[in-house]
Amino acid sequence: MEADAAKLIGAGIACIGMGGAGIGVGHIFGNYLAGALRNPSAAGAQFTNALIGAALAEGLGIFSLVVALLLLFT
Amino acid sequence: MANDPIHQFQIQELAGPFHIGGYEISFTNSALFMGISVATVTLILLAAAARGALVPGRLQSVGELWYEFIHNMVKNVLGPEGKPFFPLVFSLFSFVLVANMLGMFPYFFTVTSHVVVTASLAVFVVALVVVVGIAKHGLGWFKLFVPHGVPGVILPFISLIEIISFLSRPVSLGLRLFGNMLAGHIVLKVFAGFVVSLGALGFGGILGAVAPLAMAVALTALEFLVAFLQAFVFAILTCVYLNDALHTHH
Repeated sequence: MEADAAKLIGAGIACIGMGGAGIGVGHIFGNYLAGALRNPSAAGAQFTNALIGAALAEGLGIFSLVVALLLLFT
Repeated sequence: MANDPIHQFQIQELAGPFHIGGYEISFTNSALFMGISVATVTLILLAAAARGALVPGRLQSVGELWYEFIHNMVKNVLGPEGKPFFPLVFSLFSFVLVANMLGMFPYFFTVTSHVVVTASLAVFVVALVVVVGIAKHGLGWFKLFVPHGVPGVILPFISLIEIISFLSRPVSLGLRLFGNMLAGHIVLKVFAGFVVSLGALGFGGILGAVAPLAMAVALTALEFLVAFLQAFVFAILTCVYLNDALHTHH
């Protein structure tokens, strides 16, 4: 296989990791909403924590995007 | 290639290169938009604070909301000891927010879509955490990596994981902002490219191009949310990391 083709395939495979980040972010906001609907009065105080968790989970997905971009453009 | 979605991130030299002390230094479009960001923040906040009326007008309300938003965040996360760090967090938030928002204008350069900018900010924040932690607690600050209440057998592994997770903070903090802005802008341009290439196909193509156009409009709205959210996330993670330096009980 040519090196360029392998690079493109590798970039595609690296992007699978973003799916995991999507699952993680969905879990965080889904559970936040579930908790917020059970106890709306406590929801406001925890929204910041939900955002921190989502940002941390999203960061890992961004890593795989960066790996894909590195494979494509270097 | 005119439709290349990466083209928008190209750094162009506007003046220079000047040779100063063996280095090539030039004034680029990135530097120009960093200057514009700082000038915009300064002008908005100065204009908002100029009147100081008891009943705030529109502009003054914006300034007060902006200030109170960050003030409450620093107070909630860091407590009263965090007061000296409020100007830092406020500057970081304002710079990142305005740089992201300026990037949303067509043909404007997005400063935060370059990893060198975001990584510098992130490395500075984490270096500050180390300096403040050691200045405040001395070598006892390193107890951060040795959580108590962990059985002795697995303690080395836990410490190793803590150290690795600390060292990955500047990487993740910088890459998160960079990746979000880069990916968002690429997606916008890719959908805009769909509109152009479908529209070139004739009447049927123009009808079909309505779908990617609607998508591009929706994504633009999403990008404004992301621009704000990432500035907020950058600021609050700065607070959370500084919290480790100020309060070591972990």
